[in-house]
Amino acid sequence: MSTETKRPVLEVRNLSVALPKGGDRVHAVEKVSFTVNPGEIVCLVGESGSGKSVIAFTVMGLLAKALKPTSGEILLEGENILAASEDRLRELRCTRMSMIFQEPMTALNPVMTCGDQIDEVLSTHTQLDAAARRAKILAILARVKLPEPERIYASFPHQLSGGQRQRIMIAMALVLDPVLLIADEPTTALDVTTQAEILKLVAELQAGQGTGVLFITHDFGVVAEIAHRVAVLRWGELVEMGPTEQILSRPVQGYTKMLISSVPSITPAHRGVRRDGKTVLRTEKLGKIYTGNAFFQKARVVKAAVDVDLDIRRGETLGIVGESGSGKSTVARCIARLIDPSEGKIYLGDTEIATMSARKLRPHRRRVQIVFQDPYRSMNPRITVGDFIIEGPMNFGIGREEAMARARKLMETVRLDPNALDRYPHQFSGGQRQRICIARALAMEPELLIADEAVSALDVSVQKQVLELLDEIRVRLNLAVLFITHDLRVAAQICDYVAVMSKGRVVEYGSAEQVFGSPKDDYTKALFAAAPGRHWEFGKFAA
Amino acid sequence: MLDFIARRLIAIIPVLAVVAIFVFLMLRLTPGDPAAVIAGDNATSDQIADIRNKLGLDEPIWTQFAIWIGNVLQGNFGESFFFKKTVAELIAQRVEPTLALAICTLLFAVSVSVPIGVLAAYRQGSVFDRAVMGFSVLGFSVPGFVIGYCLIYVFAIELGWLPVQGYVRIGVNFWQFLERMVLPSLTLSVGFIALISRITRASVLEVLNEDYIRTARAKGLSNRVVLMRHALRNAAVPILTVIGLGIAILIGGAVVTESVFGLPGLGRLTVEAVLSRDFPTIQTVILLFSVVYVVINLLIDISYTLFDPRIRY
Amino acid sequence: MSAITEEAVDSASIAAASTKRKSLWLVALRNPNVIFGGVILLTMLMIAILAPFLGTVDPQRIDPAARNKKPGTEITYRLDDGQTAKRVAIMGTDSLGRDVYSRVLYGARVSLAVGVAVSVISVAIGMVIGLISGYIRWADGIIMRIMDGLMAIPGILLAIALVSIWRAGLITVVFAIVVPDVPRVVRLVRSIVLTVREEPYVEGAISVGTPTWILMFRHILPNTVAPLIVQGTFLAAAAILTEAALSFLGIGIPPEIPSWGNIMAEGRTLFRVFPHNILYPGIFLALTVLAINIMGDGLRDTLDPKMSKKV
Repeated sequence: MSTETKRPVLEVRNLSVALPKGGDRVHAVEKVSFTVNPGEIVCLVGESGSGKSVIAFTVMGLLAKALKPTSGEILLEGENILAASEDRLRELRCTRMSMIFQEPMTALNPVMTCGDQIDEVLSTHTQLDAAARRAKILAILARVKLPEPERIYASFPHQLSGGQRQRIMIAMALVLDPVLLIADEPTTALDVTTQAEILKLVAELQAGQGTGVLFITHDFGVVAEIAHRVAVLRWGELVEMGPTEQILSRPVQGYTKMLISSVPSITPAHRGVRRDGKTVLRTEKLGKIYTGNAFFQKARVVKAAVDVDLDIRRGETLGIVGESGSGKSTVARCIARLIDPSEGKIYLGDTEIATMSARKLRPHRRRVQIVFQDPYRSMNPRITVGDFIIEGPMNFGIGREEAMARARKLMETVRLDPNALDRYPHQFSGGQRQRICIARALAMEPELLIADEAVSALDVSVQKQVLELLDEIRVRLNLAVLFITHDLRVAAQICDYVAVMSKGRVVEYGSAEQVFGSPKDDYTKALFAAAPGRHWEFGKFAA
Repeated sequence: MLDFIARRLIAIIPVLAVVAIFVFLMLRLTPGDPAAVIAGDNATSDQIADIRNKLGLDEPIWTQFAIWIGNVLQGNFGESFFFKKTVAELIAQRVEPTLALAICTLLFAVSVSVPIGVLAAYRQGSVFDRAVMGFSVLGFSVPGFVIGYCLIYVFAIELGWLPVQGYVRIGVNFWQFLERMVLPSLTLSVGFIALISRITRASVLEVLNEDYIRTARAKGLSNRVVLMRHALRNAAVPILTVIGLGIAILIGGAVVTESVFGLPGLGRLTVEAVLSRDFPTIQTVILLFSVVYVVINLLIDISYTLFDPRIRY
Repeated sequence: MSAITEEAVDSASIAAASTKRKSLWLVALRNPNVIFGGVILLTMLMIAILAPFLGTVDPQRIDPAARNKKPGTEITYRLDDGQTAKRVAIMGTDSLGRDVYSRVLYGARVSLAVGVAVSVISVAIGMVIGLISGYIRWADGIIMRIMDGLMAIPGILLAIALVSIWRAGLITVVFAIVVPDVPRVVRLVRSIVLTVREEPYVEGAISVGTPTWILMFRHILPNTVAPLIVQGTFLAAAAILTEAALSFLGIGIPPEIPSWGNIMAEGRTLFRVFPHNILYPGIFLALTVLAINIMGDGLRDTLDPKMSKKV
């Protein structure tokens, strides 16, 4: 918590930013005021559409042309940025205020070496000669803890990992010791272990230099981890602001209470493991190998999944958790036979389906249904919701009338208006679409429901509702659920059993209590230790 | 890098094979006896028998193909009975005007279209941008021979600044050569400029939407530096690709342009050969142009590695 | 900088889109480019259809007495019943005394027929081959090698080669232009199929047991309609130009048939003295192609916005 009483580095007063005409609201940001003091990390937190990124870009003067600040002031060390000329803004960027972005994969120019990209900052803003610039760059690369600064200097972005690229971005942003650092969801695209390292690095560097940080995030775990003060935004308006501890444990506003209550706890819910149901799915040494070919190099072999043994009983949820590239989705897609496994067996009840031909497989397709991550791409935009839901049953010979009648019931099951069956997907929100996808899966009366990161694209409040729905359905229909997620908090709340995957292998497998409570594998331990805000128990408030 | 080049080289083999098969089959698909077709209308039966023998026309078709491709690979493209020369000689005579026209056009068109495309993208929505886009649609729509005749009418007939038609070899008189290249190159450039300026604009616009452009702005770089150092280099690959594909338009355009301006090049030769049904020449010209086209595109593919380090691996 | 505003504008655009989605075709028809191009094109179409009623004479009728007249010259005709009549040749006559105005108007028929025929046939053939290529893996290798080979021969040369095999004629010319166009359509359709196949909604359809042919018609084919209409438009424009070029070079449609390329080919020799033989058909040709291209741009912007970002 900042104890300094110096002048704030950033003062936003009464800022409003207009949206283009024809939108669902007039302002992207409306009458927002807050300050960032030296040495302080202020988190702007909010769900999508809250206007948090718009504020960040307004401060940098990088707002898209369609958006116009209509009122207020943004004072950077007392200087009003909204009134500054384009030239003055350019001078300030990277010298007084810097910004890092969400996607380290695309934020660096792919055709310039990392060193040259940082060098641009120095040659633009300083009079240093080439040798001095190089020395300064190598120093900052070392400071952001990149190994072998010389090699990194000469590397192109595609040769580095996501975490390393984000470090390059941080190095670039901090090389001239700005007073303000704006971080726009800088860890959202990163894996949890990398995220922890980057958060630590940002906190260290800003504490060392007394930099003020404006940190944009949607993740309350990150907030608990890093923020000194928090500002909660909703629909472009500031709902509540205060010290982190106060906001997280004693929120005043109903919206803040609702948001914080929606954050899943990282302590597994006691769900009572039964292990008495009939086994629905069992895999034996399931594996998927991708091979590329090359003429002069050794053919590249990617083992996406190796020796995966899993089983799920009726009424149980098995979670597969892991970072990107761990092979968790590969396993799910193999089980759904959207891709063909290269080795091992998949038993659906007593039927082995791993090697079954497409023709023989068709009758068994009904038994495994999958809900995908992206609610916007999971539905054919040209087909009504009703036709979408009945497609499966009609494939299996059920008449249109009957299928539609069932679809109406299913819409009620997923708490949507049955009269909406003749609407098109674009008329629904992301959360509603995921409900529709669940209804469609249920229409097949499956034995196994696979949710492949099915709540990952949703805002936390919507996520909570969909998770509750999934669990309710599981209980009511005594379904087996395979739940794929990268989110440890979600896994802790919904899974009876958890398999932790890393580099294509299951490294730990057991009941949720066991895996979360006393992990044995080193990777699992590291993964849990990296979960942001793990020490914070988010309260449940009555809104 | 080597792997990349090797892949590219191997990839063009089937392409050239399909071209060769097509060119070979051309003659066989023509109604009538291939030997008689080659020999032309005034051939004696001895000549026809001789050709039949040389091409192995009594052999099975794959033997015929083997004989033919063997000859082609040795640079023996057969004999043109119409022009009374070997095809190789004929082509050697006709290469210069076409090459000169292509090079002049390419240089002119690229040096005009890339800058205007970049500028149009940079000032998206401005009057200049609209003008460039408008010109581009017009350039696609007005056929080369109409443009050619308009230019001749204005600059050669009305104003009398430049010669109407004809060709002077570069070695004979460079100045006269240049004079006679201006209008044909200009004619051929119009479509090419329309194409390249449009694709340049589109590529630069797309790159300007990339995250790293935003990063470059956040660094405090000026718009000019962002455009020239970050945007253009990243847009280079699609622009080069289209220049490569545009070579096909250039070759097609050369056929028409040479006819309009009376240039004794390969394009003109193609038309003459078709009109006189001189198949060995038609076949060779098509084969030659296709090989040139494929090889240029191969070189362009390889040149991507200069612009984009990601491709090397 | 779209990503910046995405969050803010997304909610706005969803609201806006919800009322419009189904009327995409109406949006296309309201696009100024589509209207502008469409009006010119319709005019051309009317001219082509109504050519006999627009004050024309037989476009193939040779009149040795009326050779090489400049536009606006009054010409005396001998009618079939032996009487004479006078009419003004507003676009002059050619070196065989044929009326250029009549030939230009009738020429619209040839050009439009070629444009429509080539685009419809290329799209139809290309779509079938593209679907096969995109969906049947073993066929894909073979088909794409052949397509790559065909595309390696510059389009107009391939057309010339085919014309030289089959001898000149309208149908020959149409097919000679179709053959080089087909690989382009195949590539487009194939790339759409390959992209759409990866969409979660297609995978979802597979997992509810949808048979392949339904998958094709319900989920994949509709995605190709808009891009193919756009591509078909541009193919029509290019085909009209190619036909004109072939005829102009004397290797296209037989010279007595009035096509714009033929009229210009006829006018080449006396161009210095009588430029009108090239000028008038040139204007009609350019205007028609321009109209189609402008309409194509408008259709692309409205129907296929992803592609409009690319070119």
